[in-house]
Amino acid sequence: MNRQRLRGLIRKEALQILRDPSSIAIAFVMPFVLLLLFGYGVSLDARHVPIALVAAHPTAQTSGLFSGFRQSPYFRPRTYADMVAARRALMKGRVDAIIWLRPDFTRTALGGGAAPVGVIANGVNANNARIIEGYIQGVWASWLAAQARERGQPLVVPVDVRSRVWFNPALRSHDYLVPGLIAVIMTLIGALLTALVVAREWERGTMEALMASPATITEILVGKLVPYFFLGMGGMALSVVMAIVVFAVPLVGSLWVLFLCAALFLLTALGMGLLISTIARNQFVAGMIALVTTYLPAFILSGFIFDIHSMPWPIRILTHIIAARYFVSTLQTLFLAGDVWPVIARNMAALAVIAVFFLVTVARISHKRLD
Amino acid sequence: MDWYRVQALVVKEFLALLRNKASRMVLIGPPVIQLIVFSYAATFNLHNVPIAIYNEDAGAAARQLIARFQGSPYFSIERMPKSGRRIRDIISDKKALLVLRIGPRFSRDLALHRTARVEVLVDGRNSNTALIALSDVNAVIQAFSVHWAGTHGWRATPAILVTRAWFNPNLRSRWFIVPGVVGLLTLVVALLVTGLSVAREREAGTFDQLLVTPLGPWEILLGKALPGFLIGSLEATLIIVVAILWFRVPFMGSVLALYLGLFLFLLAAIGVGLAISSASATQQQGLLGVFLFLVPAVILSGFATPIANMPLPVQYLTYLNPLRYFLIILRGVFLEGDGIAILWAQYLPLVAIGLVTMTIATWLFRRRLT
Repeated sequence: MNRQRLRGLIRKEALQILRDPSSIAIAFVMPFVLLLLFGYGVSLDARHVPIALVAAHPTAQTSGLFSGFRQSPYFRPRTYADMVAARRALMKGRVDAIIWLRPDFTRTALGGGAAPVGVIANGVNANNARIIEGYIQGVWASWLAAQARERGQPLVVPVDVRSRVWFNPALRSHDYLVPGLIAVIMTLIGALLTALVVAREWERGTMEALMASPATITEILVGKLVPYFFLGMGGMALSVVMAIVVFAVPLVGSLWVLFLCAALFLLTALGMGLLISTIARNQFVAGMIALVTTYLPAFILSGFIFDIHSMPWPIRILTHIIAARYFVSTLQTLFLAGDVWPVIARNMAALAVIAVFFLVTVARISHKRLD
Repeated sequence: MDWYRVQALVVKEFLALLRNKASRMVLIGPPVIQLIVFSYAATFNLHNVPIAIYNEDAGAAARQLIARFQGSPYFSIERMPKSGRRIRDIISDKKALLVLRIGPRFSRDLALHRTARVEVLVDGRNSNTALIALSDVNAVIQAFSVHWAGTHGWRATPAILVTRAWFNPNLRSRWFIVPGVVGLLTLVVALLVTGLSVAREREAGTFDQLLVTPLGPWEILLGKALPGFLIGSLEATLIIVVAILWFRVPFMGSVLALYLGLFLFLLAAIGVGLAISSASATQQQGLLGVFLFLVPAVILSGFATPIANMPLPVQYLTYLNPLRYFLIILRGVFLEGDGIAILWAQYLPLVAIGLVTMTIATWLFRRRLT
C-alpha cells in the first residue's frame, strides 16, 4: 500500500463528499430527523386508554370499583347503560375494552364471593390488549385490598408476587427504544452512505478511470471507507448527544466503550454497503438490496422491539448474521446497565467477525478488470 | 388521451423493469422472503424465555410452583442457582431474562394459611419484553394461587376477573402483524417501482426522447403509474394468499372491501412515488426520497406500536400517512369482518391523498419540462 496514493484517494473522496451535499445530509440531517421522529413516534406505554364501564345494576359496590378506573391515569372511562351500547362502541373502535358487572354482582360479592367481573378486550392489537389487561388487573387488585380494609379483614391470597425491575425500574419504554433506534438508524445510514457510491461510479463510468490509475484495489476501497467512516462517526456522535440531551436517557456505561463499539459497528455497515454496490453495479438494484437487507431486518430481527428468544429457531439462527442485533444489545447494556464486559465482549467479537467478513469479501470480488 | 399510446408506454416500462435479471429478482424474491421471515419474527408473544429459579424452600408447595413453570411454554428454566450471590450476574450477563426467588418460608406460610411471598427480578433493558414476561409470570402464579386456594379450603375473594378478548381470543400477535406486513410490503414495492422511474430516464438521457414522442404529460405519467398498479396489486394478492393459507390468519370480511382499499392505497402510494421521482434529478436522489418517506411512514402507521401512544402533534401527523388507513382496512377486514360500509372513513382520506400527490406529481413533471 502506497501512502501517498492512499492519501490522494482519501482526498479525492473527501472532496467528493464536500461538494455533493447529499452525503452530508445523509450523515447528519437523517439521524437528527429520524431520531426525533422515532423517539416521539415509537412508544409502547399506553395512557388514557378509552374503556367502557357497564353496571347492569348500579350500587355503592359497583361505583366503588368503577371509581378506581376513573382515578387511574391509564384509563379514560366512559359509562354505558347496557352491553348493547358498549358492544357497539367496541366494534366501532371507540373503546378498547369493556368492564361488565352483571346484575347480581353486589349480591354475590357480599355473599359467597367470587363475583365475576367481565373484561372484554379488543384483541386485534394483541400486545396492547395484554398491556391493558395488566392495568385492569392492577385496578382490580387495589380495589380488593381496599374492600378488605373496609371490612377489617386482611386480604389473604395464597401467593403474592413482588417484582423488581433492574436497569429501568420505571419501565420507561423510551430508555430502551432510543438506544435501539440509534442502532437501526446507523445501520440505515452506514449502508446508504456506501451502497450507492460504488454503484454510481460504475454507472457513470468513472470506475474505469480509477481502474486505469496505478492505485491497487485495496487502496481504492480504503480510500472510500475512511472519509465515510468519519462522516458516519459524526452522525453517531450526534445521535448519542440527542439521546442524552433530548430524550434524557441515562448513559450508565463509559463513553469510550460506546465509541469503540460504534466504530466496529460502522465498519460492518459500511462494509455491507460496499459489498452491495460492488455486486449490483446498478443504483436501482443496489438501493433495493440496501433497503431489503438493512432497514427492515434491523427493525424487526435485531431484538430492538421483538424478543429474539421467542422467534422460531431458523429465524433465531438468521438473526446471528444481522450486525444490528449485536449493536442493539450493546447499546441497551451500555446505556442502561453499564460496562458489563461479558455481554459487550461477546457482541464486539461478533461485530469484528462480520466486519472482517464483509471487507474481505469486497476486496476479493473486486477485480481490477472491466467485464 | 390515446389509449394505444399509453399501452405502448406501459409495455416499454415493463420491459425496462423486467429486462434486467437482477431487477426482476429484486421485485419478486425479497417481498416473499420478508413476508415469511418477518411474520415469524415479529411477535410480541413470548416463548421459551430463559429464566432462573432460586429456590430456598425445601417443601412440596415450592416444587409444585416450579413444576408449573416447567410446564409453561412461555419459559425455559436455564439455571437453578444454589446461592443468592449469583443472581446479579445471571441477569446482567443476559443468562436469563428474569430470576424467580422462592423464599425459605414459602411452604410453611402456605401451610399456616398465610400469604406466601415470591420475588421476581427482571432485566429491564428491554422494558416491553420485561412487562410481557412479568405478566406471564403473574398468570402462572395466579393459576397456582387459585388452584391452591380451591384445594386447601381458603376463602374466596369477593370478586374475580373473567377476561375474554374479541376478534383474537388467544391474543396471538401474529394475527395483528401479518396483515400489517401485507400493507408494509405493498408500500415498499409500489414506491420502488414508481419512485425511480422518471429519475432513471432523466439520468440515462432517454427522458428527452420520451418528450419528443406524441405522448402528452398526462399520458406519460399514466404510463409510469400503471406498471406500479399491476405489480403492486399482483404482489399484494400473492402476500394476502400466503397470509391466509400459510399463516392461517382468519379472513372475516369482504374481499371487495379489501380490494377497494388496496386500489385506493396504491393510488396514494404511487402518487407519492411519482411525486418523488418527478422532483429528483438523479436515481440517488429518488432513492433517498423513497427512504425518507418510507421510514417515517412505517413508524407512524401503527404497524408495530399503537398510534394512540404517540404525543398528540405526532398523532395529527399520522393523518397524512396512507399506510395508517390501509392498515386499519387490512386489520378490520381480516380480523373484525368489516365491509365497505364501515370503512368509509378510511377510503376517503386515501382518495384525498391520492388526488393531492398525483396533482403534485403532474405539476412537478410539467415544471421540469420547461
